[in-house]
Amino acid sequence: MDISPLLISLKTALAATAITFFAGIGLALLVARLRRGQGLADAIITLPLVLPPTVVGYFLLLTFGRRSAIGQFLLQTFDVSIVFSWPAAVIAAVVVSLPLMYRTARGAFEQLNPDIIAAARTLGVSDWRIFWHILIPNTRAGILAGLVLAFTRALGEFGATIMFAGNIPGVTQTMSTAIYAAVQANDYDLAGQWALIIVAFSFFFVGLMNWWTARLNHGVRKGVL
Amino acid sequence: MQLKVDITKELRNFTLRARFTMQDEVFALLGASGCGKSMTLKCIAGLATPDSGRIELDGQVLYDSEQGIDLPPQERHIGYLFQSYALFPNMTIRENIRFVAVGTPAEKEAKIESGLRRFHLEELADAYPSELSGGQQQRAALARILAADAKLLLLDEPFSALDNYLTWQLELEMLDVLQAYHGAALFVSHDRGEVYRLADRAAVISRGQMETPRTRQELFHSPGTFAATVLTGCKNVSEARQLDASRIEAVDWQLTLQVEESMPGLRYVGLRAHFLAFCAPGNVTQEEALQMHPVAAAANVQHMQVTRVIEDVFSYLVMVRRADAPEARALRWELPKDDWHRIAAALPADQTLWLYFPPGKLMLMKQ
Repeated sequence: MDISPLLISLKTALAATAITFFAGIGLALLVARLRRGQGLADAIITLPLVLPPTVVGYFLLLTFGRRSAIGQFLLQTFDVSIVFSWPAAVIAAVVVSLPLMYRTARGAFEQLNPDIIAAARTLGVSDWRIFWHILIPNTRAGILAGLVLAFTRALGEFGATIMFAGNIPGVTQTMSTAIYAAVQANDYDLAGQWALIIVAFSFFFVGLMNWWTARLNHGVRKGVL
Repeated sequence: MQLKVDITKELRNFTLRARFTMQDEVFALLGASGCGKSMTLKCIAGLATPDSGRIELDGQVLYDSEQGIDLPPQERHIGYLFQSYALFPNMTIRENIRFVAVGTPAEKEAKIESGLRRFHLEELADAYPSELSGGQQQRAALARILAADAKLLLLDEPFSALDNYLTWQLELEMLDVLQAYHGAALFVSHDRGEVYRLADRAAVISRGQMETPRTRQELFHSPGTFAATVLTGCKNVSEARQLDASRIEAVDWQLTLQVEESMPGLRYVGLRAHFLAFCAPGNVTQEEALQMHPVAAAANVQHMQVTRVIEDVFSYLVMVRRADAPEARALRWELPKDDWHRIAAALPADQTLWLYFPPGKLMLMKQ
């Protein structure tokens, strides 16, 4: 059995989650500070969560395709084409996992008493120190939940990936697309093996998340939140 | 320390206009909830931005709309005590103080130790905020502010979140802190007692309009405006107009009263509930009543009728209105329990009595 889909899946999900983590938190902070247009910004970021993945894939093709401005620019300047490449798989995973990170981070930040941040500012604490020493530690249960949800979503991404990154073995074929290809080829044994691996992975990560949040919530009495 | 504030800010229902100067003193803003007093503090601390104006602390401009200056809170060195205390939940009390203390590591440790000692927090130093009571959290928050070397202390309703008994304990401690604190303190409150006990000077804010600051004695003795009169706890206010040089008509009470001096443009008259004085039961003549209260001037001995009696903890609240005018608004009269028992026993069946309105205690207001 060729294990490249497993490696590509993990590599893609890890890269996507790293981007999603910072982008999600950054957007959560940014949108919370907006004076107007909060609802609109919120809706746009959340949209990939509710849209059919094929629609997301279609928009990604429009945005990065050879005929688009971005596609033209990348092709002429760097001689690269995003569509049907590994970066495309990462982009697709980022777009679909971002809403999960963004929403959980925003929810977690809203739970924190705003006076705490305001007090830190009047006490001369820089915004950078406030972020790392007050905001993140006091919302880490929520941040962590968002991280795990985003990672598992990125790991299982199928619809947008197959449209935008394709299903090229050894390049963009992930576990999800490998199952699809195996079933198409009538190879139910292979599909079953991948299905089992994915179920095991998902189970492990959800269990990890529950254990972790329980542990952090246990710390509530000891000061956190 | 000198703070100069002159700002305006459009709020949802009214415009906030605050203008005052304070030195090394305890200064209070007295106002009902939602009058803009907390917003004033937020503007001074840099947590909210006024629409226009200027804020200056010790000659340094913190905010100036014309020059486009708006220093972030971090550069203002103004301590802000939040109603929720706002301790960092993920740090112990010691860590809370260390996190904001300024100076070399040795200086920081010295500040932590002196702060813990001064606020009796030594035994709680390694506890987390959630393990502390409200009063302990407030002391920790004060220790933290002092460690950050604030030039000015802002207190937002410092006792509103605590129960009565605790409030009193904390007020006593706060008096100590304010006396020991070298900087100045500005606090907002809706409690006239708090303001009277803690502040040197005070200003009333009503629907965003700040009145001229005055010493607390001045403010409570002659509030001068309707808002200040009500906020300083006066229960009896009536619309009024000047009749001649020495007499006014209290429209709501339907009484004509003598005053010590005339006030052109008079609009309201007020009288605190415990300044009404009993002369005689209502079944005697006014002449006889006058003889029973030697200082009373004839014009201000009024024939009144009791409409309601409410027993309070240590006193009686007696509602009285003009005897022959059922439409007149009742006044609140507050007197010790024993006094009322004695008076009530002597009252005639129609519950009338002669009451004296001391001219010197009538508060006259133009607005």
